[in-house]
Amino acid sequence: MNPLYAELRWLPRVPSDFSARLKALAGSPTPLGGELQALALHALDLNQLTRLSKAIARARGEGKSLDPLAPFRLAVLSNSTMDMIVPALEASGARHGIALETILPPYDQVAQEALIPNSMVNRSKPDAVLFAFDYRSLPLKLTLGDEEAAAAVVDGAIGYLEALRNGIKAGCNAVCIFQTFAPPAEPLFGSLDRALPGTVRSLIDRINLRLAEFVLGSGDVLLDVAGLAETVGLAEWHNPQLWNMAKFSFSDELIPLYADHVARSVAALRGKSRKVLVLDLDNTVWGGVIGDDGLDGIQIAQGDARGEAHLAVQRLALDLRQRGIVIAVSSKNTDEVAREPFEKHPEMLLKLHHIAVFQANWNDKATNIKAIAEELSLGLNSLVFLDDNPVERGLVRQLLPQVAVPELPEEPAFYARTLAAAGYFEAVTFANEDLKRAGFYQDNSKRLTLQKQVGGVDAYLASLDMTITFQPFDATGRARVVQLINKSNQYNLTTRRYTDPEVVEAENDPSVFTLQVRLADIFGDNGMISVVICRPGDTETWEVDTWLMSCRVLGRKVEHMVLRELTEHARGAGIKKILGTYKPTDRNKLVIDHYAKLGFSKIQEDDSGLTRWELLTEAEGPEAAPMKVVSLFVPTAEGSLVQEQRTADLAALRAY
Amino acid sequence: MDNVQVYARLTDIFHEVFDDDSIKVTPELSAADVDGWDSLTHIRLILTVEKAFKVKFSTSEIGKLKNVGDLVDLISAQAQPR
Repeated sequence: MNPLYAELRWLPRVPSDFSARLKALAGSPTPLGGELQALALHALDLNQLTRLSKAIARARGEGKSLDPLAPFRLAVLSNSTMDMIVPALEASGARHGIALETILPPYDQVAQEALIPNSMVNRSKPDAVLFAFDYRSLPLKLTLGDEEAAAAVVDGAIGYLEALRNGIKAGCNAVCIFQTFAPPAEPLFGSLDRALPGTVRSLIDRINLRLAEFVLGSGDVLLDVAGLAETVGLAEWHNPQLWNMAKFSFSDELIPLYADHVARSVAALRGKSRKVLVLDLDNTVWGGVIGDDGLDGIQIAQGDARGEAHLAVQRLALDLRQRGIVIAVSSKNTDEVAREPFEKHPEMLLKLHHIAVFQANWNDKATNIKAIAEELSLGLNSLVFLDDNPVERGLVRQLLPQVAVPELPEEPAFYARTLAAAGYFEAVTFANEDLKRAGFYQDNSKRLTLQKQVGGVDAYLASLDMTITFQPFDATGRARVVQLINKSNQYNLTTRRYTDPEVVEAENDPSVFTLQVRLADIFGDNGMISVVICRPGDTETWEVDTWLMSCRVLGRKVEHMVLRELTEHARGAGIKKILGTYKPTDRNKLVIDHYAKLGFSKIQEDDSGLTRWELLTEAEGPEAAPMKVVSLFVPTAEGSLVQEQRTADLAALRAY
Repeated sequence: MDNVQVYARLTDIFHEVFDDDSIKVTPELSAADVDGWDSLTHIRLILTVEKAFKVKFSTSEIGKLKNVGDLVDLISAQAQPR
C-alpha cells in the first residue's frame, strides 16, 4: 500500500499521549469540539478512529457540547458492511470540523429505506444520505459485444439510482451523496474489456460517466470512489477475502482514507473547505535559499530534477488559483530579496501578480499567517500553509491550530502530490464566481507591516527541546565552517570570506577566538548553524571579525545564546570590551539591528551605512533562551596554554 | 518473539481494539468473556493482529479460532523471528 494514502501521511503522526488525552476528555471542560478536532487531526488508524468515535458518542450521550464542530446528520445506505466504517466517518468528521451523527439502517435495506416515506432513514430527517454502494449492488448482466443490451444495463442501473434519489427527495429532501463505482481488478478478456460493450469494466465506465452527469445536474454530491480506488490501485482497494468473510466492499486498510474523503465532502457541503494557500518560498517554491544562493543559485529550472519538483508545486498553486484558491506567501526573507525570483527569474511560473498577500520579513510565521488572514478578511480556518521546514510547521500548528499544515516528505518531488492528497480545497460545486475570487483578493494586495507577536513563541521554543553546542574550530568542522563563511549572505554581519588555509590559521592562532555552533531539536540535528571569529583589538578588547548564522534557525534565540557564550569566554580571557561591526551589503539587511538587539551601544556610523558597536563584558548579557547548552571548550586558561604550547613547538620546529 | 512477548503485544492490541485497559489476555480468553467482542470487532481484532505481527490468516484459520490460545498458535506458526 502506498503510505501517503493508506496512512494519511499529510497528517502528523499520532502523539504518544493520544490514549491519555482521550481519557482526559471525560473530565475536560466543555465544549469539547476543539480538543476532539485536535485529536482527529492526526494520522489515526482504524482502531484509533473507532476509539475517538466512542469518545464522541460518550460526550454526546452525556449531553456535552461539541461546539465549535458543526452538527451534521448523515444517513448511510449500503449493500456492504458499514458498521466498521461508520465510527471512522464520525471521527473523520471531527477532523474536518463536523460533529457527524450517522444513521445506519439494517444491512441491505437500501430500496426500502429510500423508497418508503416513513422508513428509518426518511423519518430521521438527515442532512444528507450517503449511497455507499459498490459494483456488487448493481445488476451488471454481461452483454458482451451487444451495444444495445449494454446500453439497457446502464440505463437500468442509472434508473435504479435515480429512483432511490427521488425516494429520498420525497421522503426527507436530504442531499444525496452518490459514489462512483470502483471496477473489480479481475479482467475477463484483458485489455479488450475497456473497449468491448457489455463487459463489467465497460459497463462500469459508462455508469460512472452517466452518474457524474446526473449528479452534477441535480445539485447533489458525487464522491469519486472509483477515482480513489484508481489512485491507490484496484488490487489494493478490493480485498476478496474480506468481502467473503464480512462483506467489506474495500480493504480495511483504506477505511481511514475513505472516511476522510466522505468527511471532506460533508465539510465542503457545510462551506468548510479551505480558500487560501500560503506558500513558504525557500526550498518550497524553489530549491535552495534565495538570500544565500542568489538568483543564479536557486533551483527552479526545467531539466533540473530538483527544480522540476518545485516547479510542480508552483504549477499546482497556479492551477488552484485558476479554480479560485487565493495564493499568499509567507517567507523569512528580506522583502526585496524574496521578490527577486518572481520579478527576474525566467523559469518561475508564479509571478507577483498571482500572489494576493506577500509577506516576506523576519517575523515568526504564525504572526505573518495571522496577518495574511486579517488582510484577506478570512478566518484562519480558511488557510493552508505549505512549508518544507518541520519547525515552522510545528510552530504554526501549535500557535494557530485552525490553519491546516500538511506534513511533507523529505523528497520535494512528492510535495505537490502530498498537498493534493490532503484535499484541503475539496469542492462539491464549481461556479463562475470561483473563477474571479482569486483576482478579487488581488486588488487588496499590499505588504503588511506588523510587529506584534503571536503569544506563546517562547513556550513553543521550549517544546522544541533544543540543545546548542559550542566549540572552537577544529579539523572535523572545518569544511562546514568554510562553507558557511563563503555561502552565508543574510545573517552575516561583515560578509568576510575566508579560504580553508585562512580558517586553519585562525584555528591555530591562540590569540583568535573561534566558535562553531550546532543546534539539535526534536526534529533532528540541524548541524552547524553559526560561526563566530573574534580577533584581538586594542588592550583587553576583542573585535568581532565574523558573526554569521544559518537562517534556518532564525527566531530561536540562537544569537542570544552565542553572545552569552562569547561574553563568558571573553571574560575568561580578561577581555573588557567586545567591538562589533555591521557592514551592509545588498543581502544582509536582516542583521542591521543585530547588535542593537543584543544590547551593544552604537559608537560609530558612516555614510556607507557601516556601523560600529561595543559591549562591555561586565554588562549583564541577554536572557538565556530555553535550550540546553553544551560547551566543548577546554577550560580557558588551560586551553590557551595548550595552544601556546603547540605554537611554541611549531616555532621550535621551524627554527630547527 | 517468545510467548511472553506475544502476549504482551496482544494485551496492547486488545486494549486498543476494545478500548478497555482492564482486559487480561490469557490463552483461555474468548469472545464470551469480553464485552463488545462481536463478529465485527472480531474481524477488527484479527486485522489488527495481522498488521501488528505482519502475518496473514486464511479464512478457514480465522473460522476455527476459539480462544486467544488458538490465535497465539497461529501467530507463532507464522511470525518471522525478529
